[in-house]
Amino acid sequence: MAKGTLYNKIWDAHAVTTLPTGQTQLFIGLHLVHEVTSPQAFDMLRERGLKVAYPDRTFATMDHIVPTKSQKRPFMDEQAELMMQAIERNTKDFSVNFFDFASGRQGVVHIIGPELGLTQPGMTIACGDSHTATHGAFGSLAFGIGTSQVRDVLATQCLCMDPMKVRRIEVNGHLKPGVTPKDVSLYLINRLGVKGGIGFAYEYAGSVFDEMTMEGRMTVCNMAIEGGARVGYCNPDETTFDYLKGKEHAPKQENWTQAVARWKAVASEKDAVYDEVVKFDAGEIEPMITWGITPGQSVGVLDSLPNPEVIADKGERETALLAYKHMQLKPGQKAESIKIDVAFIGSCTNGRISDLRAAAEIAKGRKVAPGVHAFVVPGSMKVREEAMAEGLDKIFLDAGFEWREAGCSMCLAMNPDQLKGDQISASSSNRNFIGRQGSPTGRTLLMSPAMVAAAAIAGHVADVRTLAPLGAAHV
Amino acid sequence: MSKIVNIQGRAVPVVGDDIDTDRIIPARYLKEITFSRMGEYPFYDERFKPDGTKKEHPFNRNEYQGASILLGNVNFGCGSSREHAPQSLVRWGIRAVVAESFAEIFAGNCVMLGTPALVASKEDVAQLQKLAAEKPGTVFTVDLQAMEVRAEGLTIKVTMPPSRRNALLEGTWDSTALLLANATTVRAKAAVLPHPSGKS
Ligand code: SF4
Repeated sequence: MAKGTLYNKIWDAHAVTTLPTGQTQLFIGLHLVHEVTSPQAFDMLRERGLKVAYPDRTFATMDHIVPTKSQKRPFMDEQAELMMQAIERNTKDFSVNFFDFASGRQGVVHIIGPELGLTQPGMTIACGDSHTATHGAFGSLAFGIGTSQVRDVLATQCLCMDPMKVRRIEVNGHLKPGVTPKDVSLYLINRLGVKGGIGFAYEYAGSVFDEMTMEGRMTVCNMAIEGGARVGYCNPDETTFDYLKGKEHAPKQENWTQAVARWKAVASEKDAVYDEVVKFDAGEIEPMITWGITPGQSVGVLDSLPNPEVIADKGERETALLAYKHMQLKPGQKAESIKIDVAFIGSCTNGRISDLRAAAEIAKGRKVAPGVHAFVVPGSMKVREEAMAEGLDKIFLDAGFEWREAGCSMCLAMNPDQLKGDQISASSSNRNFIGRQGSPTGRTLLMSPAMVAAAAIAGHVADVRTLAPLGAAHV
Repeated sequence: MSKIVNIQGRAVPVVGDDIDTDRIIPARYLKEITFSRMGEYPFYDERFKPDGTKKEHPFNRNEYQGASILLGNVNFGCGSSREHAPQSLVRWGIRAVVAESFAEIFAGNCVMLGTPALVASKEDVAQLQKLAAEKPGTVFTVDLQAMEVRAEGLTIKVTMPPSRRNALLEGTWDSTALLLANATTVRAKAAVLPHPSGKS
């Protein structure tokens, strides 16, 4: 059993009692809600005559189903419009805070929590969405839940939980130029496996994380779930506090000083005990792309695709063979030889302002390759505004990218942004599962936003390091 | 709430590692605001071509219609937390899932629906899948008391977290009532914990 870790401290502070089943009743400090996994939960409350127990700890928005071309109501898609009406009705009936378009704060739920300062160190955070781990970047315990659990949190602000083990993942040294947090994330999933994290909370540590920006930490924590870990976190430090200071919901004045003291105390102790510790060397990490149908099937951009026949484990070998069949790729083929049809920059993994800046730096003064459909979807209305104030929209538009409204977009297939037929996308999102981007035969290559921009311009997978920013001096 | 002790029925093998919830239920079916029709959609894109004609898939085969136990492999149910995935399986008729390993959220979601997600060894799962493939009519028994799956002289051991097993055996797998019982303690806890409004 781990001891003295941030995980243990937050767990203990939020444990209400031990239930007759042996599980812990865990208090949830912040409940985030989106339109897709909540309507059934609100209906369950109605059926049982229950109220939302702590509406002041409950914040909703809409992101998955919203179109990103025009957000004019009613939506063209009737089902999407109905779902929109459901969240409007539910948040009104149950007095839940709601960030809709009119609030100016709408966006992907995992982007707006941090940017509004709702996500704070030391909290437990739940959301009916597997990428809730994103919020762990602030030193909180954040996990995805199913709809019946959304019902539990709405009705009681608590969950029945079993404790997890804690694995500390240290990445030491310094990242090479051109290597981004997304590459770190893909590298770790490749090394530890897509199921390596089952039963674990991941603590990301070491000099790479100490030096990483909050937005970078969010990218890595976001994808903890792709490595099987329901929870991923970084210990809070000055970088965390600097990010939070002045945010809309962050503590103010004397509350701020108290909060920072409390936040510092929640970090893992120097002599904390972990269930496991693994260490990696930052110098080993290259810009990565996935070539298969799980986020673990990845290679460095300069590498060739692996030979499935040498994979010892039968199950993994079969998944690799299925991946080659689905992706229409060949073992031994150079990663850079993969041509793309679509380039998507966005999602809760890489739809924040720093992601758009990194992509714009590559796109600036260049043109999207003929035949490539490229588009940029800011993660929130606020990210969009900030990007436009910096003129990033103009850079993208000049280069031939579309500039969209905020939402989940082509990260998943619930809105009009979808692959057609067997189109292949370079995507800054988090999942390359079969059918994920809307077409059963569609194909997805995951990579960093700068790499997506590079691929859009080259028309094929390309090493971002060969594209020096043009006119960087003027950015 | 009902106690879940034994599940008896035929078993359907769904072979392959890392079968994610996008494959179990494609995202376009998440647009519905109730779960009521989810039973029509499990593995939809693996079962049907875009024109609606059937593909080869165990869920399409006559001999597995009405099966109540799903036999999977490694990391079953990984990916998205969508409860639509277990909802679609349960509403199709599945009452228990046995696999080599599960994604956490999926296994938890199953139990919330009164459906045990049980782990067995690679060899044992292979035996069960073989039996279900070769003799689809075989009746399997999932016994949560003994933590065994039995069929045709085969007896294999299965595991699941004790708390989840207790919840099923005691009939407390629908957790809302359990949690509501401690509302006063919860209020006291809430009063001393940080609040997202920024007040310390
Ligand atoms: S951006 Fe993608 S992963 Fe993130 S919440 Fe939306 S659909 Fe889920």
